[in-house]
Amino acid sequence: MKLFKGYKRGPLEISDASSVVLNIIFVILSLACLLPVLLVYITSFTAERSIIENGFSLFPEQWSIKAYTTMFDQSLDTILNSYKNTLILTVAGTFLGLLIMTMYAYAIARKEFTFRKGLTFYAYFTMLFSGGLVASYIVNCNVYGLRDTFWVLLFPGMAGAYNIIVLRTFFSNAGTESLIEAAKIDGAGEFRIYAQIILPISKPALATIGLFLSIAYFSSWFNVLLYIDDRNLWTIQYMLQRTMREIQTLVDNPDFAASEEGMLLLYELPNESAKMALTVISMTPVLLFYPYFQKYFIKGLTLGAVKG
Amino acid sequence: MQSARKTSKELRNMNLRRRARTDIPLLLMTLPGIVFFFLFNYMPMAGTVLAFKYFIPNRGIFGSEWLGFKNFQFMIKNSYFWMAVKNTLTYNSVFLVSGIVFPMMLAIGLNEIRNKKVARVYQSLLIMPHFISYVVVSVIVFAILSADSGIIAHFLTGMGREPIAFYNEQGYWPIFLFIVYSWKGTGYSSIIYLGTITGISDEYYEAAVIDGASKWQQIVHITIPFLKPMIVILAIMKVGNFFHSNFDLFYQVPLNSGLLQPVTNTIDVFVYNTLRDSNDVSLSSAVALVQSVCGFVLVVVTNKIIDLIDSDLSMF
Repeated sequence: MKLFKGYKRGPLEISDASSVVLNIIFVILSLACLLPVLLVYITSFTAERSIIENGFSLFPEQWSIKAYTTMFDQSLDTILNSYKNTLILTVAGTFLGLLIMTMYAYAIARKEFTFRKGLTFYAYFTMLFSGGLVASYIVNCNVYGLRDTFWVLLFPGMAGAYNIIVLRTFFSNAGTESLIEAAKIDGAGEFRIYAQIILPISKPALATIGLFLSIAYFSSWFNVLLYIDDRNLWTIQYMLQRTMREIQTLVDNPDFAASEEGMLLLYELPNESAKMALTVISMTPVLLFYPYFQKYFIKGLTLGAVKG
Repeated sequence: MQSARKTSKELRNMNLRRRARTDIPLLLMTLPGIVFFFLFNYMPMAGTVLAFKYFIPNRGIFGSEWLGFKNFQFMIKNSYFWMAVKNTLTYNSVFLVSGIVFPMMLAIGLNEIRNKKVARVYQSLLIMPHFISYVVVSVIVFAILSADSGIIAHFLTGMGREPIAFYNEQGYWPIFLFIVYSWKGTGYSSIIYLGTITGISDEYYEAAVIDGASKWQQIVHITIPFLKPMIVILAIMKVGNFFHSNFDLFYQVPLNSGLLQPVTNTIDVFVYNTLRDSNDVSLSSAVALVQSVCGFVLVVVTNKIIDLIDSDLSMF
């Protein structure tokens, strides 16, 4: 064991030279993750002229907040409405999804429950076989009549067997068994045990799965693409996706781009910096939230990985 | 005698009542989940009969006429379908290996960082891409690749060369998609591995050091064997999804560009495009059913194989 600038290396730690190399590698990898995201923020504050002349750049010649003012001038109503939809969807979906899944998981975690095995398989089978996109689409549209409604964005992604199995594993950890026994002796019913004992001690699991669910809802655009025609039901991510798609349509069809309709579309499309501004407002909330939850979901993920 | 029998009957009744006191509330708690899975998982499973029918919207799924295997015959003759199968399987084979090796390497490396606070900062940054939606990723990719104002285009023109219209050049995309996939998922997937690695007792490594094992030997003979169960489970889950592809990655990131189809058209993209653009419910439902059935068979078979090798590792 040698001394290096007052740092005493443990017997299991790597040598100083390796440590330097490893840190350099990790700095590069971290920058590779950070810089593309930073690029979005920087270009959203870049003057449109700079983008046209020099392209997207991390070091723009001229800064500007015009992208945000133009974007809000052009489509404030649509943005606000889409954001409102996204938020309602995220909050309602996360809450209802957690409620359904935790209740189900609690029941199948209880050893005394007669239908435990059957209902575990009932959930588990949905992981093995799925009807697929087309059958789901037709059932949702033709049988339930959910096309072009808010419900089709909310319901289908609400609960998943995988998350239920993870929650069940969490709930049936050694400690809970004796807690439940004690509560039963005190005369507590199942609902009370679930709400007042199990949920409070399962915060890491709830935070993990709640975060997954809310991110899934917050980023949802595919269901809007698939089911929704009504502008009032757009989500913020779909708004962004649509913009990207229209740009590609124009690139793909030069003839269309030159036509009157194409010119009109081109005129209505946000310019490059405005597009970046829209991107910024669609991703910032998640980027602000996840570091706070990091501690929880690292714990949650590691526990969930233990065989269920 | 009489009283004894009565007691046993009473006991049974009491037992029954006790059971009901547990079962009824628990059953009520599972009810929303039961209804949910029925409506959004089991009904679509029943809906897969569409693949054997000629779907007419006003007649509904069950009222439409039977076609037998006609839809599948169309599917087999469709060259785009085979292209999609080939692409899906190729990408998934590559992702199966890279999706296990990269996160594992990252976790092993991260675990060796001496300063744990710095390691946490690295980890926060490395998992960040996971929290960015694919729509946003497609915007970033566009900013880098676009022929007009993309970073690469300006770099090339700065060197006096012609910019490349990447969205028209299919040759580059397998590599781009591989980079995007790895960029987005590696940091996040490494969390599970890192959790296991930090759980390995130091005693093993100490003993190895005394025996003169190098760091590399320690990784190969201690760390990786400890990760094996997790690798196996994650691999089964990936193999079970072998016929599925990430729609966001293959549709949104290349912006569904027509010229890129030969390398971006996976089964999910094909199903979507057939359903939505050509409105061909019959063909797309046949493809979707084949996809589901293949996935089901794969999960069951791989699990059986693992069960034969080491029954502790199998999932059911």
